[in-house]
Formats: sequence, C-alpha cells, structure tokens
Amino acid sequence: MRLSKFLTGGLVAAVSAVWGVNAMAADTIKIGDINSYKRLPAHTIPYKKGTELAIDMINNAGGVLGKKLEIVSRDDQGKPGEAVKIAEELFTRDGVVMISGSLFSHIGLALTSYAGQKKRLYLAAEPLADALVWAKGNRYTFRLRPSTYMQAAMLAEAAAKVSTAKKWATIAPNYAYGKDAVGAFKKVLKAIRPDVEFVTEQWPGLFKIDAGAEVQAIEAAKPDAIYNVTFGGDLAKFVREGDLRGLFKGRLTLGLLTGEPEYLDPLKGDAPAGWIVTGYPWYAIKDAAHQKFVDAYQKKFSDYPRIGSIVGYNTMLSVAAALKKAGSTDTEKLVDAFEGLDVDTPMGKVHYRKIDHQSTMGAWVGKIAVKDGKGMMVDWAFKDGAKYLPSDAEVMKMRPAK
Amino acid sequence: MAFYFAQLLTGMANASALFLVASGLSIIFGVTRVVNFSHGSLYMLGAYIAYSSMTVLPGIIGFWASILVAGLAVGLIGMIIEVCVLKPIYKAPELFQLVATFGVILVIQDMALLIWGPEDLFGQRAPGFEGVVEIFGERVPSYDLVLIVLAVVVLIGLWYLFTKTRVGILVRAATQDREMVSALGVNQSVLFSGVFFLGAFLAGIGGAAQLPKGSANLLMDFGILAPIFVVVVTGGMGSIWGAFVAAMLISVLQVYGIRFLPNSTLVLMFIVMAVVLVIRPWGLFGKPEAAGDHGSQGPPPKPFRQLDPSGRIIVAVIIAALTLVPLSGVNFLSVLFADIIIFCLFAASLHYILGVGGLVSFGHAAFYGGGAYVAALFVQYAGTPMELALMLAPLGAGFAALIIGWFCVRLTGVYFAMLTLACAQVLWSIVFQWDEVTGGDDGMLSIWPSAWASEPGVYYYLVLVLGVGGVLVLRAMAHTPFGYALRGTRDSALRTEAIGMNVKLIQWMAFVFAGAMAGLAGGLFVFAKGSVFPTEMEIATSFDALIMVFLGGVQSLTGPIAGASVFTLLQDWLSRFEYWRLLLGLLIIFIAILLPGGLAGAVDQVKALLGRAPKDEAAP
Repeated sequence: MRLSKFLTGGLVAAVSAVWGVNAMAADTIKIGDINSYKRLPAHTIPYKKGTELAIDMINNAGGVLGKKLEIVSRDDQGKPGEAVKIAEELFTRDGVVMISGSLFSHIGLALTSYAGQKKRLYLAAEPLADALVWAKGNRYTFRLRPSTYMQAAMLAEAAAKVSTAKKWATIAPNYAYGKDAVGAFKKVLKAIRPDVEFVTEQWPGLFKIDAGAEVQAIEAAKPDAIYNVTFGGDLAKFVREGDLRGLFKGRLTLGLLTGEPEYLDPLKGDAPAGWIVTGYPWYAIKDAAHQKFVDAYQKKFSDYPRIGSIVGYNTMLSVAAALKKAGSTDTEKLVDAFEGLDVDTPMGKVHYRKIDHQSTMGAWVGKIAVKDGKGMMVDWAFKDGAKYLPSDAEVMKMRPAK
Repeated sequence: MAFYFAQLLTGMANASALFLVASGLSIIFGVTRVVNFSHGSLYMLGAYIAYSSMTVLPGIIGFWASILVAGLAVGLIGMIIEVCVLKPIYKAPELFQLVATFGVILVIQDMALLIWGPEDLFGQRAPGFEGVVEIFGERVPSYDLVLIVLAVVVLIGLWYLFTKTRVGILVRAATQDREMVSALGVNQSVLFSGVFFLGAFLAGIGGAAQLPKGSANLLMDFGILAPIFVVVVTGGMGSIWGAFVAAMLISVLQVYGIRFLPNSTLVLMFIVMAVVLVIRPWGLFGKPEAAGDHGSQGPPPKPFRQLDPSGRIIVAVIIAALTLVPLSGVNFLSVLFADIIIFCLFAASLHYILGVGGLVSFGHAAFYGGGAYVAALFVQYAGTPMELALMLAPLGAGFAALIIGWFCVRLTGVYFAMLTLACAQVLWSIVFQWDEVTGGDDGMLSIWPSAWASEPGVYYYLVLVLGVGGVLVLRAMAHTPFGYALRGTRDSALRTEAIGMNVKLIQWMAFVFAGAMAGLAGGLFVFAKGSVFPTEMEIATSFDALIMVFLGGVQSLTGPIAGASVFTLLQDWLSRFEYWRLLLGLLIIFIAILLPGGLAGAVDQVKALLGRAPKDEAAP
C-alpha cells in the first residue's frame, strides 16, 4: 500500500509539471477552437480546414490589431462535460480571448451555458439548435450557421411554392435536432397552408435507423409528400430502401441538409433525384468572392470544400472582423462589437443580429439531380437567412430577460 | 394481411444481419468466456474490407467473393487480436478482458479513419438482386430474401459444425469444462484461436453482407454493439439457436413497434431483454451458470486490508497536497482535479459493487447521471439551493438503485450486467425523450453552484471534501461487518447463505449504497459543469467507469482511484494529439497485458518481488 501511495504522489507531482501554466506569448491573439474531431470527422475535418485557410489569409494580410491570429484547436471527444473543461483550460491556461466551434447541439448548449456564467465569449459555429440563441441564449453567445428553424422554414416555403400536397409524412432522428426540425417545419408550413395535415411522424434512433420498416410505415400512411431530416448513414439506408420499395415515386420529398456535400456525395449515383433540399452547391456558385474561396481551398488542401469548410472559414472571418471593430481583445468590447457586426464572406454579407445574436448567414435551396453518377443540386437559389427568422416580437418572447 | 407479411419479411431480414454478427459474439463467449467488446469493430472492418474489395473485384463473382474475402480477413484479424492481446491475459480477473478489447476498439477506430477516410462509403447493390419481388402485391427487396437465406444457411452450418463434427464436439466440451478438455490432451490454445477466427469471420461476413443496404462508416462499431449484446443475452449466452430466435423476436417486434409506436425505437429492444431476463434469468435458451464458473482462472483474490500506519500518513500527505491545488492560481488545474476527484468517486462507487460485491454492472452511469439529473431537476423546478440539491442527488440515485437493484440482484454474471445495462437504457430514454421536463437531448442548462462556491477554486474545495469523503466512506464500508458479509457473498454465495445470511438482500443493499455514492458524484459533476445532458447516462459513460476500475485493479481498494486518475489524465493529455485514440488504445492494451492485475495489482507485484528477494537469501 505504501508504495502505491508513493507512486500516486509522484504521479501528482509529474502531472503538475505537465499541466502547469503555459508561458503566454503576447505577440499573437489566440482563439480557442473546440469541436468533435473524432465523433463526426466527415463534418468537422472540413470545418477545421476552413478555419485554417481563413487564418492563413488573415495573417498574410497582416493579422488583426497588429498581431497574428492563432488557433488552439481541441477535440471534445463528443462529450459536453469535456468541452466545458477544455473551455476553462483554453481561457485560463492558454490565454485565448474567445472560443468558437462545436458541431453537436448539446455541446454547443453546454458551452453557451458556460459562456453565460463565466462571462466569456463563445461563437457557436455549426450547432443548429434553436434554443442556443433563443430559449437559452445569453449575452456572451453568438451563432453563425443558419439554425434548424431557418433551414426548415426555407424548405417549407419552397415546398408550398411547388406543391399543393395536403397529406405529409415526416421522418427525423429521435433527438433534439430532429424534433426541432419537424416542429419548425410544421409551424411554418401550416402558416402558409393551413389545410395541410401530417399523417405520420417517424422517429428512428439516430444512426440506428431500421430503414425497411420506416419505409413500410410511411407507405402505409399514404402521404402525398415526405419531409426527411435523417442524415449520414441513416440517410443512405433510407434512400436505398425507399427507392427500392418505390416510396418516393410520385411524391414530393424534401430533405433538410440533404444537399450538403457531406451527406449527398457519399450517395453517389443513388442520390435521390427530384428531392428539394437545403445544401451547398459549391461547384455551381459563380460569385467572384466564392470562386476565390474555392480556388484557395482546393490549392491548399487538394480537396473540394464542404459546408463545414465554408462555415469554418466564415467563423474565423467573423472573429477577425469583431476584433477589428472592437479594437481590443476585451470580452465586453468584443461582445458589443459582435452585436450588429457585418462581415463580408464568400457567401455575401453576413450580419450578427443584435436582438438574438443569430447571424443572417443563408443557405441554398435546390433540387437534386444525378449527373455522371453523382448527386448535384440544380435549380438552386440562395436564401438570405434574415428572411427566415420569426418576428422580433416572437424572438423577444423566447429569449430570456436580461 | 399482405402488408403484415411484408413487414414480417423486413423484420426477418434485419434479424438475419443481426444474427450473423451476434452468433460470432455468442460462440466466442461460450468457449473462451471473453466478453469481446471489439466485436462491433470487427463488424465495421468487415464492411470496410468488403467495400474495398468490391471496388477491385467487380461483378457478381466479385461481390460474393468480396464478402468471403472480408470474412476471412476479419477472421484473421480476430485471431491476431486473440493471440496478441487476449492470450496473455486469460488468467486475469473475470471480465478484465473488457479493458483490452476496449483498447482494441480505440485502435481500430483510428486505423479505419486513417485508411478509409472520414466519409461514409456507400455500398453497391448486390448484382442480380438489385430490385424487388412482389409478394402478395407488396414490394420486398430481393436482397432481403438473400439475407434471410444466408442466415438460415449459417445457422444450419453452425448447428452441423457443433453437433456432427469432432471439432465442434471439442468446442462444446470446452464450453462446459475447459480444464477437463485440456487434461484430455486437446490443445486449448489452438482451440481458442480457432473459435476466435470463427467468431470474427461471422462478424466480418455480417458487416460485408449489410453493405448493399447501407454504408461502411465509422459509427458502425458502437452502433451494433448494444443490439448484438442484447440479442446474445436474450437468447442465452453461448446458444446459437438462442441468438437466432432472439434476433428474430427483437427485429420483428421492432418493425411492428415502428409501425404502431414510432417513438419506441430507442428503447424497445432493451425492454424486451429486461422482460425476458426477469422471467428467464439465463435468457431464452441459456443454461444456469454453474456456481463459481466465471471467467477467472487466476488465484482467488487476496482479502482487502486496512491501511497500515505509514499508508495512512501517505494518504494524509496526498490529501494535504490536493488542498494546495487552487493555490497554484491556475483555475484550470482546479477544474481538472475536480473532474478527477469526481471520477474517482464514481469509479470507487462502481468498485464497491464490482470489486467488493463481485457483481459487474454495465449500467452504473444510470445512477451517476441520475444523481446529476435529480440535482438539476430540483434546482430548475423547485429552486433548491445547491447545498440541498447535493444531498438530494445521492438520495434520488439511491432510490433508483433500490428499484433497479430489486430486479437485477436475482441474476448473476453477464446476465446481471446486461440487465443493469437494460435498466440504465430505459432510464436514459426517459430522460432523453421527456423533453418537457428534462429538456431531452438539449439537456438542462445553467445549474451553477451557489454564489459562495462559484469560483472554481472554492468549488474545488467542496468537491475535495465531498469527493474524498465519499471515497473514504466507501473504503470504510468495505471493512464494516456489512462489507465482510458482502465479500462473503462474492467469494462463496453458498457458504454465506449457509451461515444464515440473506445473500440477495446484502447484494441489493450494496447496490443501493453504490448507486447513491455514484449519485453524489453526479451531483458534484452537474454543478462543476453547469449543465447536464443525457450523455452522462449513456452506455459509454458506464463503460468509462468500468475501464477505470479494471485498469486500476479490481482486487484492491486503491484500484479505482488509481484507474480513474490515470485514465482521466491520459485522456486529457493525449486528446491534444490528432490520433489520440490510437495512442490511448495502444497504451491501454499495453497496460492490460503488462499489468493484468491493474495498476494497483502491479504495485503488489513489485512489492512481492522486493519482499521475496531478501527472504530467499535468508533461506539457503
């Protein structure tokens, strides 16, 4: 027993040596980045590349406030508790001025709670949960990516435009994102078309879909149209089974996020032609600013950008713009700078709303077609996020009083 | 009617895919008594290897050859794992192999990411079976029928192998009495490797065969793990027929569940398993485990001892050192060490039921997360102050343990473990799906400490007092008369009963006590993080605790403390590297092989060596 205690004591000493304070370099401005690099790498690795590209570009142009930007990037192992611990480490040990990142909504929400309590700035890059800026929003949290509500509203509007389908079926993974996505879609569609009814709602477990049975259950409800929220491996299975069993024949089908390269490209020739989806048709966007981004990205990584890439890129552009506007790395000044901040991005101007800290970054809505054995978005249009948010009065009601 | 028949076929096709993988797990467990956590990883490798092979070998022959290639390759990988990782530790304490196979999971995850990249690889359709056939007017994918046939062929093949061939008879004999078989001159080592090859082969085939229905992706390994364990346990560990029937039962019920109760998808199979286990404690086709016939082949554990005076001094010194942490002025260190102390308490509470009581729980996170949620719910809905919420957390978790324990303690061994897992999953799904109250997946936010403890340094002292206090109480409880009685039930339930003690009651009370202490750890956790999510009740959290306990050493009261500290620090340190899972996995395998008694066991080994040396000299 004695020896074991001695070893434990030695271990504690060694640990303090390894985990001690870092000498803080004063010649760079550090940004802490937290994301699930191992849980959903198909999405988070492009995100990381996007942030790296932006940092290169900003630093080559002379940095911000006379200093270079530096990212301290950490993997949260897909655990919210871990993310909170890392946030604390980034602020108190690495000396970052703010944190950004996260993909999973629950981790984004854990960091939101942390930021509000500790009065530290957090820019949520990718998590989609509506609660992040509304029900659970706070002064110190901002979000870049268009939320579940915004993307669902875009799809509902597009659906109402092309179809008079009355009977709808929904299928969404059984967790917060899926439920939010279905709830928002129903709300917006009903507002446009009060006569629609929802004949079945399917809730497969996330990444545990039993596609054959889900397809049969939807078929049995005989809907006119289908709204799909599944993604990743679930989407692949759902598309294949639905196609085999003729579920999509003669039915309008919508897919939330289905057009994002992360989810569409793995389907290759099986991509569900005719679906109306939100996504990112990077190959067809001809804006000069966007083309410049795509060229730089392909040159640096020999790979094409995904939605995560441009979100990562815009995240760091936003950080740099806020630092510039604040003229300081002080948290309170940065928060004030972020409120009402305008950022020029490859997707056009993005505005961080003062009212709820949501950015107005938009998304593309289009139809899936299969060309050369690959799924593509065609007939797409860019939707400005600002137009797909609830009224200010509603937002004020949802956001907690200060 | 036609529709229900088509649904039945869908269910049977799902069952077939599940059966292929689960039968392999069942065979491996039946003979070697190894609970192979890495079975899901073998399944994932099967899918990836088949995918690669299909890009090289096109056409009908290429497709089926690829499935065979995947099976053989994975069989080989399984054999390598058995020879390199498991063979050295067959003599370790029961279920210690969990740790090593957990390391294998981590290694394979990162290797697959390195080799095949992060994106899902969508499988091609089976040549010749791309379409559907109409059965009573309902469309049924023809490949579904192929899967059903494949499963039946495998079932018959395994039945033939195990009943009609000499090898099969030897394997069955080894399942019943390994020592006798080896005494009769059968090379047990070769037998085990062969069984592993067969089990891994089936997992590989299972992964490859599901490609036409989906993709090869990095989430497959953990995704299949819970379902195959459920199938194997529901059917009865080691029973092929049981696995087949259970796979059919669960898959078909799942299909009808989706049709009529779309919200039931998360929890249905666990409820089925729980019901089966409560009625038939050894599964549908399983046989009662013979008393004392567990995986352990090593010598019986040494009794726990009280600390000697110098040990007490060292503990006091360590605690004194821990009080200095906030004085370093680095908030992060207070946060990190608070985490470690919380995990130590969590691991120590699991060790109380596992190490002292000899009951391996796979669902201990139910009480840890449960405690966290009890505290959070009181804060949110009753405005309870932190101080009171921290007292309610262990009470609430203990209450949950009282109910769950009542069902679980009637079972033993792996069945006990799986019933705790099922109960934990049911609790998890309640928290996960009851949005209005628990916030569901979005969790409960803004559960911060009272104002006086809001500084990380101050909260750290609170964690130190309650956490270290909790660990010391757990330790002391192992040395009370109740602790002795509990150790008695672990070492010989029969003798304990014979001297008039109520074994089940003692185990039940120990389960409640361990649950309550885990709840205290959960309560401390929620105020440290400010939020709580269903992840804290997940299977993965239960497994983390298991790994900590086994890594530290089951047979020592210091084990869980050492395991939790080392595991948490390693994770914190290694996760800074890109391929940290690979490093962590290799390190865990390394530790498992070198120190089969865990970290604390290693200390005893060293001491034994040092202690013996002078004695040998003195006795010429």
